Parts: sequence; structure tokens; C-alpha cells
Amino acid sequence: MLFSTVNPSPSPMHIPDGFLSLGVSLVCWALAAVGVGVALWRSREALGERQVPLMGVLAAFIFAAQMLNFTVAGGTSGHLIGGALAAILLGPWAGILTMTTVVAIQALLFQDGGLLVMGANVLNMGILATLVGYGVYRGVMAVARGRRWGIFVGGFAAAWGAVVVASVACAIQLAFSGTSPLGVALPTMAGVHVLIGIGEGLITVGALAFVAAARRDLLEPAGAATGGIRWAVLGLVLALAVTLLAPLASPHPDGLERVAEDQGFIEAAQDAPYEIIPDYVLPGVPNEALATIAAGLVGTLIVAGVAFAVARLRRQSSS
Amino acid sequence: MHIHALDAYHHRTSLIHRLDGRVKLVLALLLIVSTALTPDGAWPAYVLLAALALGVGVASQLGVGFIQRRAAVALPFALAAVTVVFSTPGRPLLTARVLRWQLALTDAGLIRFVSILLKSWLSVQAAVVLTASTSFPTLLQAMRSLRLPRVLVAIAGFTYRYIFVIGDEALRLMRARAARSSAPDGEGGASVFWRARVTGQMAGSLFLRSIERSERIYDAMLARGYDGEVRSLRPPVLPPRDILVALPFVLVLVAIQVLARVSW
Repeated sequence: MLFSTVNPSPSPMHIPDGFLSLGVSLVCWALAAVGVGVALWRSREALGERQVPLMGVLAAFIFAAQMLNFTVAGGTSGHLIGGALAAILLGPWAGILTMTTVVAIQALLFQDGGLLVMGANVLNMGILATLVGYGVYRGVMAVARGRRWGIFVGGFAAAWGAVVVASVACAIQLAFSGTSPLGVALPTMAGVHVLIGIGEGLITVGALAFVAAARRDLLEPAGAATGGIRWAVLGLVLALAVTLLAPLASPHPDGLERVAEDQGFIEAAQDAPYEIIPDYVLPGVPNEALATIAAGLVGTLIVAGVAFAVARLRRQSSS
Repeated sequence: MHIHALDAYHHRTSLIHRLDGRVKLVLALLLIVSTALTPDGAWPAYVLLAALALGVGVASQLGVGFIQRRAAVALPFALAAVTVVFSTPGRPLLTARVLRWQLALTDAGLIRFVSILLKSWLSVQAAVVLTASTSFPTLLQAMRSLRLPRVLVAIAGFTYRYIFVIGDEALRLMRARAARSSAPDGEGGASVFWRARVTGQMAGSLFLRSIERSERIYDAMLARGYDGEVRSLRPPVLPPRDILVALPFVLVLVAIQVLARVSW
């Protein structure tokens, strides 16, 4: 069937309507509107009247690039999602606009992602993935000082980080909506996307290698020499913000729990053994929410530290 | 094979097709918001909403089978919600030991899960009918009249136009790859890393073709007098007949919400 060839495996990240509560949907819409608004304004400054044709055609490119698939194993196939690639090739603001357009068209034409929850999908795949991907890329590039390997290490890390951060944000939104407990949603979403991220990283590196060989000038846009650290910091801050939100989502009582409390059958629930949330908390920290925040912080910092250490070692050995 | 078959619009002459795009967009969004607002387990409300969705589907002449097939798109995502069955506190209906976890299927959890599935199913139907009965340019015009940023709507219009051009380009790249590769179906040649890299190079090649095309398009637009402003026809006046159709629809939605709250 044509539909399945063209849209091989809808990413498990496009949230359909019904899975997020109205409140969460509206908050995500508000955040997405701010992000897209800033992107519209900044890209207008940079591109002027070229903005509409350039962004329109490149959004169509991302959409078409998602159709390019390759077999992984046992009948499953992998394909590009594109947030980090868009950010690296076009810059963060244009990247946000193209990815937002892609998410909107997927929802409108293919019902791949809902309409009321579109704000959340735009926030995850259009804004968070793009900004975090770009931040990681610029951070590695700053360390690599324009050497060729920086493009590939940075591209891989950016694509992987973008996919994983977007999936974590998605899990948090599901948990806040009372659709899936965080203890389940976070490990499954992040776990699946840690693997999908590897494929995303490989495709992104392949695309960057091709562009670097054919049109190196496109990878070095004007003004890219400065401000790299600022972007890296922004990416890290966003990744940390998403991590910090996670523990807040778990004690949030969903509507049903409140109903249960009101109607007094919360006592009846006491004997329902409910131990699905694994205790991945730091020892020695008494408060559970605090401990989860601390664990998330430590994890993010370790990953960032390892990435920069690898990049630094690489630079010393190549210079 | 061309990608044009992707267009979601299906030409008919039904009442729903003839409704103004703005009215349809607002009504579809209202139906989705209404399902989101319906409390879990308010079954009569869900039945009424389903009857409403089904009625609109029949009136659209798109075919109930077509709508239901397209509505199945969101089903795989149900996996993401299935754990609420066990994690919502309530009266346990069924308990089982899985490894070291005691899992209890609770009544409240089951109600929550079924409600999520119903909300999703109803919302997707609304979206399917909207996009299959409204051509994309009409939908864009509706979004423009609803005060979405003009630039964003213009970009979406361009994207829709060039999805078919660049999508065909991507299909040609894939056909070329298939013609040069002799791997049996479902198995690629070489390692999976190599295959991912080749796919990446195809994406890179597609990017260069796209950006060069966008430059040619921009030049052609300049040659025709483009000055940065995307002009469009003024939207037609809202026909009173469409408001007459919309009013009872909204009243029914409000009534369903009232019913869902009063009896629960």
C-alpha cells in the first residue's frame, strides 16, 4: 500500500489526540507558540523575503527525507526524523520552523499526531529536539575548532541527543496527563529512543558527510564562528530542564486519583499492590523527589562530561 | 509510482464537503476539545459523541470503512497507555505476579484506559473527516482567517506544494538504490551501519537538490514581482446556511458535556 511505503513506521513519538489532558495540551501549545514566535522573528531577520520559499521547500525536504528508509532486521526499518539535521544545516531558528511545519502537515494530512496535542508534538520534535541538537553540535564544534571530525562526532551526538530529549519530554507529558505512570513511560520511551537515536545519528552523519564533500560552504554559514558556547549552554540548560521536570510529573495526582479520593475507595486501593515504579534513587538523599532530581542531574552532567572529554582527547590526538 | 495519491482530500459533493472551511475547522477542533473534556467513564457521553462522529462520517459520504481504516492510525500508541490499567489505584479485579512485581488490574485503571482509547478514536475520526472533506488550500485559508501567523501558513502552503515534487525525488532516489542493490526483500546488503550511512547520503543528496531548487523558485518568484508579501484572496463571506448547520452541532456538544457532568 502506498501509504505504508511512504510513511513506513510512524515514529512512536507523534502523540495522537486523547492521550494528553486538556491542561497539558494547552500548556504545551503556549510554550510552542513562544518558541515558534521567536523562530519566526529571528529567521525573518536573517532571511528576509527568502524566508517563505526557503522554509517551505526545506520543510518538504525533511518530510521527503523521512520517507527514505533502510531495513534494520526482521522486517523493521529505520528512517530519519530530522530535527538535529535541520538545525545543523539550516540553523536553529529555520530548523524550528521547518520541523514545526513538518509536524503540522503530518498531523493535518496523515493524522500522524493529533490536532489538540499538536502543541506538544511541535514542542518535542520541533523545538526541544532542534535546540538541544543544535546546542550539542555547536558544543562539539567549539571543541573541535572547525576540524572535519567535529562535524561527524557533533552530528551523531546532536541527532542522538535530540531524539532522546524529545522522547523524555513526551514521556513527561504522558505522565502529567495521567496516561502512563512516569516509572513506566520514561524508561520505555527513553529506552526505545536510545536505540532509534543511534539510527538517527548514523543517517545524520551520512547526510552531513555528503554535504561536507559536495558543498562544504553550506556547513559553514556566516556567523557560525561565534556564539557556539552560548548555544551549547542553551542546549544543556534545556536538556536539564526536561530532566528536572521529570520527578515533578510522578507525584502529580491525575483526575482519577482525585475521584478515587473523593469517593473514598482510595482505602480499598491500599491493598492493591502497586510497585511498578522502580526505585532508581540516590542513596543518602531522604526525599524521593529530590533524590530523583539529583539522579537526573548527575546523569545529565556525566553524559555531557563524557562527550566533552571525548571531544577534547580527540582534539589533542589530532593536533 | 507518484506520490500524488498521498493527498488526503477526497472529492465528493456532500453537505460536509460544501461547508465553509473555517466552520469545519472550528467544529472539528470543538469536537476534539469536547472529547478531551469528557470525564473518564462517562459512557453515555461517549456513546453520544460516537453517534455524532458516525453521523458526520455518514453525511460526508466518505464511507465509514474508509474513515475507520484511517482512524486506526493512532491505535499503536495505545501501548503507551496500557500500563494505567495496573498503575491506577482502585479495586483490584485481577492480580498476577510477574517476576518480582505484583500487578493488579484495577477497575479504575480499566475505566481510564478505555476512556483514553475512546477519546483518541473519536478525535482521529474528526481529523480524518476534516482533512478528507476539505482541500488543503481551503484549510490554509481557514487557518489564515483564524489568525494563525500568516508567514507560518504561507510556509505550510509551500511545503504542501513541494512535498509532491521532492517526495517524487525521494522515490526516484529509492528506486535507483533498489535498482543497484540485489538484496532479497527484508534483508539489506552489508551491515546495518552501512545501510544507515547510505540512507544518510541519500538524504544529503536530497538536501542539496532541495536547497538548489528553493533558490530557483525564489528567483522565479522575484522575476514575477515577489516582494516578500504572500498575497491571497480575501476569504468569502461566511454563508448563513453554514452557521445554521454549525449552531445545532455546538449545542449538541454543550449538551453532551452537561450530561456528562450532571449524571456523574
